[in-house]
Formats: sequence, structure tokens, C-alpha cells
Amino acid sequence: MQDLINFLQHPGLTHFLILSGLLFSFGIFAILTRRNAIMVLMGVELVLNAANINFVAFSRYVTTSLDGHVVAIFVIILAAAEAAIALAIILNIYQNFNTVNVDEINKLKD
Amino acid sequence: MFVQQIIQNLIHFLPEMVLTATFCIAILAGLIFRNNSKVVGWVAFIGVMTALLFVINQSGTSEEIFSGMIAVDPFAVFFKSLTAICALIIILFSAYSVEVQTTVKRMAEYYALLITMTLGMFLMAGATNLLMMVLAMELTSYSSYILAGYTKEASDSSEASLKYIIYGAVSSGVMLYGVSILFGLSGAMNYSGINRALTLSAPNYYALLIATIFIVVGFGYKISAVPFHFWTPDVYEGAPITITAFLSVASKAAGFAMMMRFFKVIFIDTTILALPSGVWISLYHFEWNKLLVILSVLTMTLGNLVAVWQDNLKRLLAYSSIAHAGYMLMGVVLLSDKGVAAVLIYFVMYLFMNLGAFYVVMLVANKTGSEDISAFRGLGYRSPIISVAMAIFLVSLTGLPPTAGFIGKFYLFSAVLDARWIWLAVVGAVNSVISLYYYARVLRYMFLRDAKDNLENLHILRIEALILLVLAIPTLIFGLYFAPIVDLANASVQMFGLH
Repeated sequence: MQDLINFLQHPGLTHFLILSGLLFSFGIFAILTRRNAIMVLMGVELVLNAANINFVAFSRYVTTSLDGHVVAIFVIILAAAEAAIALAIILNIYQNFNTVNVDEINKLKD
Repeated sequence: MFVQQIIQNLIHFLPEMVLTATFCIAILAGLIFRNNSKVVGWVAFIGVMTALLFVINQSGTSEEIFSGMIAVDPFAVFFKSLTAICALIIILFSAYSVEVQTTVKRMAEYYALLITMTLGMFLMAGATNLLMMVLAMELTSYSSYILAGYTKEASDSSEASLKYIIYGAVSSGVMLYGVSILFGLSGAMNYSGINRALTLSAPNYYALLIATIFIVVGFGYKISAVPFHFWTPDVYEGAPITITAFLSVASKAAGFAMMMRFFKVIFIDTTILALPSGVWISLYHFEWNKLLVILSVLTMTLGNLVAVWQDNLKRLLAYSSIAHAGYMLMGVVLLSDKGVAAVLIYFVMYLFMNLGAFYVVMLVANKTGSEDISAFRGLGYRSPIISVAMAIFLVSLTGLPPTAGFIGKFYLFSAVLDARWIWLAVVGAVNSVISLYYYARVLRYMFLRDAKDNLENLHILRIEALILLVLAIPTLIFGLYFAPIVDLANASVQMFGLH
């Protein structure tokens, strides 16, 4: 119990890396298994946020500079811009195909 | 002090500033001249032209600006000029593209996004910081996602943009994760800072390898290398031809520029001085080039083999452009300036021949409404000008003398042989032979198959013939008189901070 409290109060770099690794894996898993385009995008968001956790954690534990924090802010902006464009494209897809299932949108031949 | 430095650096940032201003003016012009797309076209043309002049004016400088975010060096200047020239040609194409011009009211968006894409590529060519690299790549990608789906009524186009954004988002996400690991290993975002940190203390080999593989995913997506190429054929087929042509040349060039600078500056071993000039080795023999060799062989082989089965010409050219990326990757893996110079030479040649081939497909599609190879049946009789020009481009893409493509391949293969990668050169040569088959198939359709149903002749406007000549003449001339290009390429391998 004391260990757990100690760990929760002073998490180390490894804990953050494990968290980000898990988040990254969940993201990739969602991208590979989900067929709904919006779900795939949510997977991408997980991947981007996993990278963000890495950036902030490394910035805190490895360097003395604030580089990583700044990068994380930029990545959040990137993710927002990406989501805006992706949702617009998905809306357009829905008007043309009446579905957002990425498997059914396959008119262009392989 | 810091602000003063930034203001002083702005002088080296003029081309990008001009493009940003052009972006704003293009949107305003689009609002004012709603029913006349020509005005915006001219604004875009003049803007990119001005940016090109400023870029040429930068030749000779070697500076790092904005606290090491961007380098202005011969290498960047070369790729920026290439991108700007490509953008100019694409703006010309767009003015005569039936497909794009049907949407007069939205032409301002089209040109504005084309300019942001060019801006992104300019930044990609100069980026010397991981953050700048990611931002520049995303700027280019986001504009191209929208442009790929520009003709939003057509379902093909919207499908292309969906596939593009999904593959793009995933690979840039994976790349970003790799960047974060690299940042953790070195504690720096700046290329030269990372190099210094890696030189001082060796990180865990496997962590470095994983970070590099993740980052290569992003590069591979940008240059459409196998196995990250899945988006390429679909996007190239579905997107408007003008955008396809732009993606196949400029986007690839910017991707290569970014990749070569990344690998050379970060992983060069600066402590070893006793090497022949123009050759470098990687830090503690970290063999990133072995990774790229695998990509190179896969890319050219798969690109060429699949291209053989294609009937849609845009798709055929998509696979051909994948194969060309494979050839050019051979130059990157050699760890020599000669290899890098060969890639630069190849890109100049590739610019004219590939844009030319896409332009012919666009012309034929404009007149017949089809991009299928059967639309080329008997084209040699229906329109001699178009088909002779197409023949020049295809021979050049195959790499036969006396065309520009031969010179590109010649320098590439001789650099590969010089570095004693003999098996790689053999694979490349075999692939060139395979490519002859599908390029010659188009030629056969044009000249050896008569038009059955007395298909009418294709008339082309004088300006269209002029654009065709602008692309065909360099393709021939650079096959015979190539010394200036070679000199330029040799002078342009110089990157900031390296000798």
C-alpha cells in the first residue's frame, strides 16, 4: 500500500513511457480493427496523444529545457487541424456514398 | 536581442513570406473576382514566380535562421527552386484543365491551397529541427488532402481524399511517436543538437532503431515507398490530374529533401576526419542505410511489376512514380555526396518527363473524357504532336538515350557502382527493363493500333502545344547537354553545418 502511494506521488519516467506505449498500441489497434472512418481517426488521436505524453515526460525527466512542452502544444494544434479536415472529408464521403465504412468505400480498383 | 535576431533573419525568409502574402491575396482576389478564375490564376503565378526569384537570389548563402529551425543552404535552395518551377507548371496546367475549371467559383481555394502546399514544401526542404520537419510535412499534407478531393461532386475524388487522409494521418502519427523517442534519446529537437548528443553518448541501440523505423514510416509515406505506398494508386487515380502531377513530383522531391537532410545531419560521424572527400560514415555504424536499401528494392520491384497490369493511365503513372522513388532511394543509401548529387540530377530530369506524361494524359482526358489506355488508340494519327511528345516522355521515363531520363539513370547507377553496391545496380537495371514493357505498351497503342471507328482528330490549342513544348524540349535537351545540371547538383549537395 505504501509502495502504491509512493508511486502515485512520485511517478518516474518509466511509468509515463509505459502509459504512452499502451496508448500508442491501443491507437494502432483501433486503426487496424475499426471500420468506421471516425473510429479510425480516434485511433490516430490516441497515437498523437501517446507521442505528446512522451514529449512532456522526456522534457521533464531528460532535459532541462522546455522543448518538449512546446512541441506538445504544437501537436495538439496539429491534431485539431487534422480532425477538422478529416471530418469535412468524411462528411463529403457520406454525401457521396451514404456510408462512412472504410471497407465499403472502394470504387477505385486495387 | 532575440527579437532583433529574428528580424535580421527575416531577410532569408523572403520566399516563404512572399508565398504567405500570395496566399492571402489569392483568397481576396477570389472574393472580389468571383466569376473570373483567370485573375486568381495570375495572382498565384506571379506570386510563385516572385518567390522563385527570391529563392534564386538566395543561392550561395549558407545560414541557419530562427534559432536553428530552418537552414538556407544550397541544398534547400535547389529543392525550393525545383518545387517552385513545378508549382508554376502546375498553375499553367490548371488554367487549361477542364476538370478543375468547371468549378469557377471555388478556383481561389484551389490556387490558395496549391500555394500553401508549395510553402510547406519550401519549409520541408529547409527544416533542420524535428518540430519544423513535422509542421512542414503536415502543412503540405493537409493542403494536399483537401486538393485531392477538390472536385467534391465526383465520388472518385472524395474517395481519394479519404484514403489519403487516413494513410497520411496514421503514418504521420507513427512518425511523431518516433520523433518523441528520438527526442528522449538525445534531449534535443535540433538536428545538429541531436547529432552532438548522440556523438557524446551512445543511446540504446534498439531504441534508436525503433525510433528510426517509426520516422521512416513518415518519410516512406511522403515519397510513396513500398510498403507505405497503398494510398498512391488510389489517390493518383481519384485526384484531379493537375494535383496528381504535383504530388508525384514536388511532394516527392520535398520528401526526399527532408529525408536526406535528416539522415545525413543527424547520423553523420563528425569525429572521423580521414575519409576521402564526399564520403561519410554513420555514427557508431548505425546502419540506417540498410533499412532504406530494403525499401528501395521493394519499391522499385513492386512499382514496376504492378504497373504492367494497369489500364488506367493515371494508375499506370502512379506505379511508375513509385518505381522512380525506388530508383532514387538507391542514391540516398550510398553515404556519399555523389549519390546525393545523382538524386538531385534525377529529380531535375524527372520533373520534366513526369509532368509531361501527366500533361498528355490530361490533354487526352480533356478531349475524350477518358484516362484509359484505349483512349490512346491510334493517337499517332489523330494527333501527331501529342503522341510524339508522349513518346519522348515515355522513352525518357524508361531511361533510354538520347533523353533526360537516360542521364538521370546514368549518374544514379554510376554512383551506385562507385560505392560498390553492385547487386543493387543489377536490381535497378533489371527493373528498368521491366519498365520498358509497360511504357512501350502505351507507345504501341498510340502508333501501331489504328483508330477503328474513324475517331476524329484531336485539336489542341496553340497554348496547349506551347506548354507541351516547354516540357518536351528540356526532356530532349538535357539528354544531350546536361553539364550545367550536373554542376548545379554537385554544388547543391552542400548542407548547412557540414563540410
